[in-house]
Amino acid sequence: MNSDYINIALADDDEDDRLFFTEAFDELKLKSKVLLFKDGIELMEYLNDGDNTLPSLLFLDLNMPKKSGLECLKDIKATERLREMVIAIYSTSASEEDIENTFVKGANVYIKKPNDFEKLKKVLSEVVTTNWQYQTSGLNKDNFLLRL
Amino acid sequence: MKLLLKFDFTKVCNTILKQKLEAHQFNYQQTAFGEIELMAKVSEEQLKRFHDDINDFGIEIIEDPKKIVIQKIKDVIVDMVFNERDVNVKTSVYLAEQLEENYNYLSNLFSEVTYTSIENFIILQKIEYTKILLTNEELSLTEIAFKLDYSSVAHLSKQFKNTTGITPSAFQRIIAKRKQIN
Repeated sequence: MNSDYINIALADDDEDDRLFFTEAFDELKLKSKVLLFKDGIELMEYLNDGDNTLPSLLFLDLNMPKKSGLECLKDIKATERLREMVIAIYSTSASEEDIENTFVKGANVYIKKPNDFEKLKKVLSEVVTTNWQYQTSGLNKDNFLLRL
Repeated sequence: MKLLLKFDFTKVCNTILKQKLEAHQFNYQQTAFGEIELMAKVSEEQLKRFHDDINDFGIEIIEDPKKIVIQKIKDVIVDMVFNERDVNVKTSVYLAEQLEENYNYLSNLFSEVTYTSIENFIILQKIEYTKILLTNEELSLTEIAFKLDYSSVAHLSKQFKNTTGITPSAFQRIIAKRKQIN
């Protein structure tokens, strides 16, 4: 892990949230490259271009203009080339039913956006290390469900 | 038609490795799980071709000595959990015995390289195995707790929730619903 980068992407229409997110990653011990998208359309255009490197971990905000996180999730899971990405839903609170629904639709992680920076760092670090275990220890990704 | 499959992980890995080694006509001896000794000299070029070939199966040749130790620790833990080894000593003692190293050394190295502790890694593996038993073999949580040597169902249930953020029954429900959709 020390020598390898992980490619991470975030799609979120809120500028402050994007800033917080990148700052939190900068402060974590692990090396990462973070790609940012401000809506679902921009994200899907990038992902569907076969020349682009796919992130191994994608954070999706649920409420975005133009194309919502849930719509992106649906398209990603319907596309063979994109299916292997680990998807983390990154959102403000939702009902139990909505949360379970995102898991059923193929999300691996559900994060309720923390409003505290330290907590955000802790949560992101937990997602990344768990994701790392799945990638390096041959675990079955279909069983990767994590709620924070 | 849908088929549910069960894997013997050790056997799957060893069989693939054996087939590949034979396909590349290597003269070898398997010394341990994930460890082989080549009995004749092999050129860099041959080794590279072999590496590219096994890479497709998610197998990698590791060179960094630290990574080798980490991989051995992981292999021993995965084998212990997934093959339900009857380990009568504490896990720390068992690991130290299997790797012939001091446990403190192993523990520190593991945390340094993987950003998680051996203890957490064992819990993660146990929970992963629980998930498989819950969904593929449809065992009850009580049966699983007994199988995996937990002191009580409550303990396993709590550890499951702490590790994944969801309850075992919610997990079962989600996986069942996913199977219905696909």
